[in-house]
Amino acid sequence: MSNKINLTLKVWRQNRGEKGRFETYAANNIDTDASFLEMLDVVNEELTLKGVEPIAFEHDCREGICGCCGTLVAGKTHGSHDRTTLCQLHMRKFKDGETLAIEPFRADAFEVLKDLIVDRSGLDAIITAGGYISVKTGNAPEASTTPIKKADAEAAMDAAECIGCGACVAACPNGSAMLFTAAKVSQFALLPQGHPERTERVKNMVATMDALGFGNCSNEYECAVACPKGIDVKNIAQLNREFIKASLKKG
Amino acid sequence: MVELNAKIPEGPMADKWTKHKFNAKLVNPANKRKHSVIVVGSGLAGASAAATMSELGYVVDCFTYSDSPRRAHSIAAQGGINAAKNYPNDGDSIHRLFYDTVKGGDFRSREANVHRLAECSNLIIDHCVAQGIPFAREYGGYLDNRSFGGAQVSRTFYARGQTGQQLLIGAYGALSKEIKKGGVKMHTRCEVIDVVVIDGQARGIISRNLVTGEMTRHVADAVVMATGGYGNVFFLSTNAMNCNATAAWRAYKKGAAFANPCYTQIHPTCIPVHGDYQSKLTLMSESLRNDGRIWVPKEKGDKRPAKQIPEDERDYYLERKYPSFGNLVPRDLASRNAKLVCDDGRGVGPTGDAVYLDFADAIERLGKDNIEAKYGNLFEMYNRITDEDPYTTPMMIYPAVHYTMGGLWVDYNLMTSLPGLYAIGECNFSDHGANRLGASALMQGLADGYFVLPNTINDYLASAKIEKVSITHEAFDEAERQAKDKLDKLLAVKGTRTVDDFHKELGLIMWENCGMARNAEGLTKALRKIPKLREEFWKNVNVPGSADDLNQALEKANRVADFMEFAELMVKDALNRSESCGGHFREESQTDEGEAMRDDEKFCYVGAWEFKGLDNEPVLHKEMLEFEEVKLTQRSYK
Repeated sequence: MSNKINLTLKVWRQNRGEKGRFETYAANNIDTDASFLEMLDVVNEELTLKGVEPIAFEHDCREGICGCCGTLVAGKTHGSHDRTTLCQLHMRKFKDGETLAIEPFRADAFEVLKDLIVDRSGLDAIITAGGYISVKTGNAPEASTTPIKKADAEAAMDAAECIGCGACVAACPNGSAMLFTAAKVSQFALLPQGHPERTERVKNMVATMDALGFGNCSNEYECAVACPKGIDVKNIAQLNREFIKASLKKG
Repeated sequence: MVELNAKIPEGPMADKWTKHKFNAKLVNPANKRKHSVIVVGSGLAGASAAATMSELGYVVDCFTYSDSPRRAHSIAAQGGINAAKNYPNDGDSIHRLFYDTVKGGDFRSREANVHRLAECSNLIIDHCVAQGIPFAREYGGYLDNRSFGGAQVSRTFYARGQTGQQLLIGAYGALSKEIKKGGVKMHTRCEVIDVVVIDGQARGIISRNLVTGEMTRHVADAVVMATGGYGNVFFLSTNAMNCNATAAWRAYKKGAAFANPCYTQIHPTCIPVHGDYQSKLTLMSESLRNDGRIWVPKEKGDKRPAKQIPEDERDYYLERKYPSFGNLVPRDLASRNAKLVCDDGRGVGPTGDAVYLDFADAIERLGKDNIEAKYGNLFEMYNRITDEDPYTTPMMIYPAVHYTMGGLWVDYNLMTSLPGLYAIGECNFSDHGANRLGASALMQGLADGYFVLPNTINDYLASAKIEKVSITHEAFDEAERQAKDKLDKLLAVKGTRTVDDFHKELGLIMWENCGMARNAEGLTKALRKIPKLREEFWKNVNVPGSADDLNQALEKANRVADFMEFAELMVKDALNRSESCGGHFREESQTDEGEAMRDDEKFCYVGAWEFKGLDNEPVLHKEMLEFEEVKLTQRSYK
C-alpha cells in the first residue's frame, strides 16, 4: 500500500560554464508509489509556482530503456544497486525524513550542461568510430543463410542490452568507458557478421575512447555493479582479447 | 488549395511497387551529392532513412531533440517485428500479411501501400540480421518466430522483450556509419519548430538548439518528417515524455494535410493509473494475454481481494462474449470491453479503473517455472512498479493510449500534400488504417526508411524544378520571427498555472470525450472546452526562465501550445466520422450486440484536413478508398 513521505533534497544546481552549488528543497507529501522522477516532477511544480526555476534533469521513456535518465542519488548512479534506472526506482525504497543528495553523473568526459544534465555525446562518438557493421541497405543476403549458435546469439544479446546511460562511466573511479565500449565490441565479436571489421572496430573505438578523455580501466568493476542492465565485466575481458589480437596484426 | 492525388500505380497489386520503382525518375549517381535532404527525427524511420539516403549519395542533415539518436521512443517497443518469411511453414505469405493488415486496420488503409509494406517486410529482416541484430534463435541456429496480437500464423521476429531497442540501435549504427563517412550531419539537442515553404515547396526548417536556445536555419531540396505520433495529446500515454506533435503540426499549418487524426490506438494491457502525480503509463507486452485470463467481479462494487472472490462470482467477460478468440481479441475490442465493465462499476483496484489479468490457471497448468521463463522480465517490471507479486496476486491492467494511426497525409511516394515534404513512420497515416496490428509499427518505420522513401524521393528530386535558395530568403526571416515571437509570448505570460497543469486538463478532456468510446454529445462538449482552455493557457501559463538557455519548461510549453490546437482538429475529425471503425468507436454506430459498426457507404475514405487559419474551419478533403484485392467485411471475433 502506498504511503506519503517527506524528504529533504540537496540538489546540484549549475549553469553551463559556471560553478555549481547544492540547493536544499523540501519534497513533501510524496506518494511512495511514485517513481523518483515523478517525485522530482512534484518538486518542480512547486518550485515553478514559487518563481524558482525548476531542476533540469534528463528523462524520456520512463520505462528504463531509452537511457536518458540518470543522476547520482546519495552518491550512487541511478540511486541504487539493484539493476534499475532512475525512472524505475520508486519512492517506497526511501524512508520518511531522509535527506538525499542529488548530483549529475560525474566524469571528466561528461560536461555539465545544466543542473543534473550532462553531455554524454562522447559515447556516441565511440559508436561512430566503429560500433556497427558496415552493411548498406540492399546488400544483405537472405536472413537464414548463416545459422548462429543459440548460445552465441544469446551472449551477443546480453551485451547488446546496454542502454548507453553512462552510469558505468560515472561509477568508475577513472571515468572509463570500458564497459560501454566492450559491450558493443563483444556483441559483434560474438557474431559472424561482425568478423570482417573486428580488427579496425576495436582499434578505432578504443582510440576514440582514449582521445575523448575517458579514463583507463583498472579493473575496479564498479561499472558492472552500477549498470542498470547487468552488462557483465567479462565483456571487458573480451575487448582486451580483441584489442591485443588487433594490435598484433600488421597494417 | 490541397489536392489529394494518391498516385497509386496502375496494374496488379503484386506488381505495383516493382513497376513504380522502374517508372520513377532516377538521380544520376554523380548528381546525388548535389541534392540535400533534411530528416526531422532519428527514430527507426528517421535514422534508417537518413542512413540509406546518405549511402545513396545524397547530402543529409538529421535532427533530433534528444542528446543522441539512440533515445528515440522506437526503443520502447517490446514485442517484435512482423515479416512474411514463412519460416515456420504455417502458410504465411506476403499476400496474407497484406490481407491481415488491411483487415486489422478495419478496411481504412490504402491497399497499395499495405501491399508494399508486406513486400518490404522480408527485406527488413535480411538487413537487420546483416547488421548484427541478435534476434532470438532456435537451437539449430536459425531464427525463431512467435505468434503475436491474435495473428493465426507465427510471423513475429523478436529480440527478447527489447526488439525495438535492438532495431533502433541497428538503425543508429547505420546512421553512425554515415556520420563517420560525412554523408549525414547529425544535429542532436535540436528541436525543429517550423517548416519553411518557398514557392509552394518545402525548402527548409527552423531549428532551436535546446542547450543554447539559438535558432538556426537550414535549407534543403526536400524535408522528411519522421517525428512519430501525437499520443501525448492525452497527457497520459505510453509515449515517452518528449514525444510531441509540434513539427508535424507546424507542417500542417504550412500546407500539409493531416489525415484521420481521430484514429488512436488504446492498448489494453497497461499498468493502471495510480495517482495524480503520475507522469506516464507503462505498457505490459500484449503477449501476456496468451496465458493470462481477464476478469472482474460479477457484482458491482465488490471490493474483496481477488483471492476471496470465488470462481462462480467472477466474470471472464472476454471469454464469455467472444468464445472463439477469448482473451486474444484484437486490441480495440479488449480495450473497449475493459472500459465497459469499469463504467458498469465492476472495475477493481483503488480507483475502480482496472481489470484483473490472472495467471493462476496458467501457473497451475504449466508450472511457475514455465511462466517465469516466458514472462519473467514482464513480471519483474510489474513488480518493480506496483510492488505486487503477479505470481500470487492477479495483475491489474487498464487500457492506455499507445499509438496513433492518423498522421500527415501522404501519397504512394510518401510525399505530403506540400511538395517536397515527406512523412514516414508513425508520423504519416498510411498503412494501419483505423487500427494497427501488434508488431507492425517497427515494420512500417523501417520499411519506410530503408526501402520505400529512398526509392521514391529520387522521382521528385529528378523531376521537380528546385530553384537555388539561401537561408537569407524572406520566408526564413518570417518563420524564424514567428517562432521567436511565440517563445517570447510564452515567457511573457507569467501566469499562475504550470504547463503540466494545463496539459493534464487537456489530456483529461481528450480522454473523457475522445478516448476509447466517443459520441456526438461528448465531442461537441470537447469542442467548446478546448478553445477555452487554449485561451486560458495563453493568459495564465507560467513558464519560468529564458529563451537563451536550456529551458525544459519552455520546450514543454511550446509543445503543449501545439497540442492545444491539434486536439481540436482531432475532435473535429472524430465528430465528422460518425461510424465506428477500428480504434475509433462511435457509440451511435454499434450493432445490437454492442460491437463496432462501420459505415462503408458513407465513410470508406481517408479524411484529410487542410488548414485555413486558426480562426477558420479546416477543410475536409476525402481520398476515397478503393479495394481491389480485399473484400470489405464486418470484422467478427465471436
